[in-house]
Amino acid sequence: MSGGLDRRWIYLGMMLAVALPILWNGMTGKTFPESPTPPSQACFDAIEALPEGSRVLVSFDYDPASEGELAPMATSFMRHLMHKRLKPVIIALWPLGPTKGEETISNVIKADFPDRVSGRDFVNLGFQTGNEGVLKVIGTDFRKQFPVDRSGMPVDRLPIMEGITKVGDFSLVITISAGYPGSKEWVQYVSSANPGLVLLAGVTGVQASQIYSYYPGQLRGMLAAIKGAAEYEALVSAVVDGDGVTPPRYTEARRRMAPQLFGHLVLIGLIVAGNAVYFSQRGRKAVAR
Amino acid sequence: MSRSIALLICLMGGLTMLVSPFLPMATGWANDVTDWFNILAAMAFVLGGGSLLKVQLMRLSARGPGWGYSALTLLAFIVTLWVGLGKVGVVADPSAPTVAWSGKPDDEGSAFWWIYLYVMTPITSTLFAVLAFYVASAAFRAFRAKNVEATLLLATAFVILLGRTFAGVVLTGWLPDWASGLRLENLAVTIMDVFNTAGNRAIIIGIALGVASTGIRLMLGLDRSYLGGDA
Amino acid sequence: MSSTTMEPSAPAQGKWWIGLFLVIAVLVAIRAGIGEGMGRAYVQTESTSYAAATDDQGRVTWSAVADGAAGSATIERDVFRTAGQYRAAEAASPNQQAIRFSWDRTIGLWLAAFFTLAVFSFLVGDNPAYKFTESIVIGVSAGYWMAVAFWETLVPKLVAQLAPGLVKAWCMPNLDAGAINLDALIPLGLGIMLLSQLTPLGRHVGRWPLAFVIGTFAGLKMISHVESDIIEQVRATMLPLVVFGDDGSFAAWASIRNLLIVAGVLCTLVYFVFSIEHKGPVGRAARVGVWFLMITFGSAFGFTVMGRIALLAARFEFLFIDWLWLIDPKGQRTMAAVSAAAELGSSLLNTI
Repeated sequence: MSGGLDRRWIYLGMMLAVALPILWNGMTGKTFPESPTPPSQACFDAIEALPEGSRVLVSFDYDPASEGELAPMATSFMRHLMHKRLKPVIIALWPLGPTKGEETISNVIKADFPDRVSGRDFVNLGFQTGNEGVLKVIGTDFRKQFPVDRSGMPVDRLPIMEGITKVGDFSLVITISAGYPGSKEWVQYVSSANPGLVLLAGVTGVQASQIYSYYPGQLRGMLAAIKGAAEYEALVSAVVDGDGVTPPRYTEARRRMAPQLFGHLVLIGLIVAGNAVYFSQRGRKAVAR
Repeated sequence: MSRSIALLICLMGGLTMLVSPFLPMATGWANDVTDWFNILAAMAFVLGGGSLLKVQLMRLSARGPGWGYSALTLLAFIVTLWVGLGKVGVVADPSAPTVAWSGKPDDEGSAFWWIYLYVMTPITSTLFAVLAFYVASAAFRAFRAKNVEATLLLATAFVILLGRTFAGVVLTGWLPDWASGLRLENLAVTIMDVFNTAGNRAIIIGIALGVASTGIRLMLGLDRSYLGGDA
Repeated sequence: MSSTTMEPSAPAQGKWWIGLFLVIAVLVAIRAGIGEGMGRAYVQTESTSYAAATDDQGRVTWSAVADGAAGSATIERDVFRTAGQYRAAEAASPNQQAIRFSWDRTIGLWLAAFFTLAVFSFLVGDNPAYKFTESIVIGVSAGYWMAVAFWETLVPKLVAQLAPGLVKAWCMPNLDAGAINLDALIPLGLGIMLLSQLTPLGRHVGRWPLAFVIGTFAGLKMISHVESDIIEQVRATMLPLVVFGDDGSFAAWASIRNLLIVAGVLCTLVYFVFSIEHKGPVGRAARVGVWFLMITFGSAFGFTVMGRIALLAARFEFLFIDWLWLIDPKGQRTMAAVSAAAELGSSLLNTI
């Protein structure tokens, strides 16, 4: 069949399709315009609807393996929350999640909102083992599961945690997730058990298809893969920067849409070429018979 | 005896979870039990590390092929564990600047952070990234529009791949407003909103039914495979 | 990933690999010699002083004060600075030491680039660089997760419950060290039994914590799946098949949409029922269900491709931006002054 082509040529084609647009983009700084799809717009609207000072639970349920897709979402969520003067409480269901949370705090809060104080305006409560077990406990007793923040300060002494006893006390919950445990478990254990709670999710491409079934009932909004990240990034830029220039660290997802475009085109080309070879060979065999 | 106690523990654990939504006084018990479960999950991380140590030490002592790589794995494990547990290079936390051990293990500048940034991050993220190449190779070699079902799959994939990039706008952006539903970016939304939602919903319901029946089998001791074969 | 599945064949392999690595090394050496070079990391030491105060409950709290204040404690830490910031500092004051070259972070950066290329090298064939990298990541991951579980869960939720005074003195000085919580002995006991699986003794005793985990997990899963994935998903599928708009007019597309969702879910569920033979009306419904499934798999495939390419782009960005310094989309290597001048020039040009 079409096995005559060495797979390394295919790899080279994909490599060039992704690498060259990155270089082009790096030299020109141009990005494609983004218009939001309903799930991304719903994420933006849910955050916009919150009054200043609302507490938002943000769960970093991913690790470096998925940061290409999810880190831009985390950055945009944090920027939007800070711009709206909302108060993020960070937790993680993945062992490397707290470190991703620290990175986001450093890149967004410490860089652009230095007046915000840890423990009062934001806090990182870190990671707890147990996957869905963690979600089960925070449903009724948040402090039992997260007794201290990452620096060992009891949550009872953190102003940001005043009055928070269970997950339903947060105005909004956001999960940025790469798999298990992640957005599906948040829907199953938190959203379904707290019908009034607003849950948003940023998910990888691999998860997106399945998680879509929970939207918009059990999941109020969703950023699906890098495209969702780019759409939301554009929405946040429009509200934060207005007509001004967006700092480059807030255009990461949009910059990644150029390699995305050419990568997709190469893939479609490969499928078409493979089928062309297949059908031409099948036709020849039929003629020979 | 050991087996019967295990079955009883399994039943009690499961029942506590099952009754908690129906009995308000059981919520506290369920939280306690789940809390123990969560702490045990942390112990499982230790068990995982211990198992790795055991297996690699056995390979090392057997001096079989590739034993050098086992030594390397062991070294990486021990060094990471040492710098992580020992908080090597960590400075005190601002909330307790006089207590050296108060800092976070992954603080910028610590040895643990260095391993995270320069070892874990590049390797794990590249391991996932190379899958793009394998998907491309599989796309060329295996995806054939042999019948209606396969054609539907491929056509959907094309719409999603084009509609979720700027290609959709370039190719079908010229369509008039009354036909805007046929623009690729809108078609992609419709596919996700209608067809994908319906298909996945059926899969989700099917899996949930399977999970419920498996749960009952486990709790009632009808499935005892986790206990092992003997005793 | 197994080496047995890979090519090329053994005799040519050694020379091939040496040649490839030589080519890469030469290209990198050429790049390093051009312009401003590549792959360097810079740091600055940030120093903050903190003074202690006692709150109304007798607790000690620390807050930032001016450097060198009497009785204060100082924390110094190195933080990243960009090459642009370094160049700007050098331009303002040659041989300054505030922002300096970091050996450990530069070595780390080059090591990260090596690991990235080593994993990519598996595409060409299995090789010692890939095996080396694979061995490292297995050990590092296990050690990393174990250390994180220790500091994030075991210390605050187990050790601090059983020895609060010790934990307060050792690593959590802000902890309110109350009474010992003897309930924590239960997970400790179960945990020790679990760890005994590493010994011959654990064959029997290790079953109990395992049974506890399985039972609890099964109970947790049952409740959530029934509630979320059966009741809620069925509820979400109970849609009106004839929809009217706010003005009372018939909403054709909304009606078709709802009909497709309801029919799609039902037909796909019919396909999953294998206890009934798929022929006649059941067979036709199952066939429609298969079509819905194929569209679902097609969309899942499209999104999966999208995800993988995004991850690949992120790795190339690391190589091009952070290591090779080929492009600078974040302006990390531009001096602030240079950047300001460029902006001024650009706005002047626009004005003209």
